[in-house]
Amino acid sequence: MLAWAVTRPRGWPEAVAAVPAAVILIAAGAIPAGQAGAEARQLGPVIGFLAAILVLAHLCDDDGLFRACGGWMARASAGSPRRLLAQVFAVAAVTTAVLSLDATVVLLTPVVFATAARLEMRARPHVYACTHLANSGSLLLPVSNLTNLLAFAASGLAFGRFAALMAVPWLAAVGVEYAVFGRFFAADLSARPGRTAHPGPGPGLPVFTLVVVALTLAGFAGASAAGINPAWAAFAGAAILAVRALARRTVAPLALVRAADLPFLLFVLGLGIVVKAVTDNGLGAALAPLVPGGTSLPALLATAALAAALANVCNNLPAVLVLLPLAAPSGAGAVLAVLLGVNIGPNLTYTGSLATLLWRRILHHHGSAPDLGEFTRLGLLTVPAALVLGVLALWAGLRLLGG
Amino acid sequence: MTEGDTRLRSVYIWVCEGTWRAAVDAALSLAPAGTRFTLLHVTSAEVPDAARGAYAGLFGRAGHDPGTRLDQMAAVSAAELMTAAADRLGRDCDRLEVHGRPERAVVAASAQADLLVVARDGDRTRLGPKSLGKTTRFVVDHAACPVLLVWPESAPDLATIPPPPHHPPPRQP
Repeated sequence: MLAWAVTRPRGWPEAVAAVPAAVILIAAGAIPAGQAGAEARQLGPVIGFLAAILVLAHLCDDDGLFRACGGWMARASAGSPRRLLAQVFAVAAVTTAVLSLDATVVLLTPVVFATAARLEMRARPHVYACTHLANSGSLLLPVSNLTNLLAFAASGLAFGRFAALMAVPWLAAVGVEYAVFGRFFAADLSARPGRTAHPGPGPGLPVFTLVVVALTLAGFAGASAAGINPAWAAFAGAAILAVRALARRTVAPLALVRAADLPFLLFVLGLGIVVKAVTDNGLGAALAPLVPGGTSLPALLATAALAAALANVCNNLPAVLVLLPLAAPSGAGAVLAVLLGVNIGPNLTYTGSLATLLWRRILHHHGSAPDLGEFTRLGLLTVPAALVLGVLALWAGLRLLGG
Repeated sequence: MTEGDTRLRSVYIWVCEGTWRAAVDAALSLAPAGTRFTLLHVTSAEVPDAARGAYAGLFGRAGHDPGTRLDQMAAVSAAELMTAAADRLGRDCDRLEVHGRPERAVVAASAQADLLVVARDGDRTRLGPKSLGKTTRFVVDHAACPVLLVWPESAPDLATIPPPPHHPPPRQP
């Protein structure tokens, strides 16, 4: 099934393989129907949460939030590629944290490229910053990454507590990336365009949308503290923007359904059941001795390293599904260490992504192979340092705030 | 160029984001009338590929691959850059847009030129080996034609040359 997801024959959605695979495993008795049902019931709210966030991000884009960000970055960079890089870091880290990594990759990256090109700057550092921060910037909130949503459901942490424990690791990871990028891309960043670009006034900031997003964020923390699933806050935020957009006819109902990405949600459900079956039938027992118990610093480091390795071997989604049941008994600290590994780890080799692309291209287009060397060097410089500093920050946070 | 004939018949100008003006200006000031200019720009797939890779890492999301949009935007921006460079040159010129890894593409495309004009890029705040970027360094090392390397801004002052290493005076017997 993973092979299918990697190659995507005929461009069919991954769900075409994942759902039948799950059905076959249930029919074959690899996973009892009751357990599969329990897994689906556990994944259901998570998937709903994800759908709401995807729709929210899509509506923010429709309302010009990212274009406005591009306009602001163009004006504020004052012709300096380094300043633009700092702004891209800030915008990408916040976008990833609040609207999830999907928003950064799909919606923000093209805006960043267009901004750099308009200012006649080399877009390489800025686009790489988006791709890296989509992963390492996704530590802060449960909504930042699907891996976080899965772990959030399993850890039993409150929304605010999750954010408090992950804030310093998030800053540490983003800081490491910034320090490395500044040196790694020194040549591109020193190529200052000779003229001052005139970016013009640019589109205004969509205030209504920003306020709704801010209220949604506050709603996450409030709902979670009140014992309500924060997914409802995401639904409410997405609903307000959707009703407004539908009333103004700026978005078609079908586009909203498409933004929720139903095939992907089905894929996650199928993947969850398949991984559960594989874990119950041996993989879990095989990996269990490798997962250290407790939340001592060495245990957290080992957990994060194992998670990062697994995320690079397959992809962070199956990795987190496999490791969560093994880490959860050791407490929230261990679960968050798994997240550090699966969120920062993919920047190392992009096995789950760039290699995926490589295979797709070899299989479908017979085109030129993408250049993996540069990306891997950048990953080797950032990932180990970000992981170690992130785990240190998490460990210190657990000591200060209590596990 | 045959021996004894030092006229520059064909001058290639590497048009690179951020630094191309210096290359165009240097080519104009050096080349005599009758020189054939070629503006050379390389579009690399690296940046769209990075976006494509990040998108593939999302593993199964529908929607639009940002890499495709980046490809389109890169093509538009390359065309605009070439037009701006041709305007600044103000002479008849050929435009050569190639795809591939910039350093290799530039060396291959300029093999038959009499001169290749390259603007430096690199960390110019600290003059030393790294003040020449990797891509430029490769072109300087491997170009099959003479290369003119120019500063994108004014050349550094003589005062930036470090003092010579200290040699102890020869020992008196």
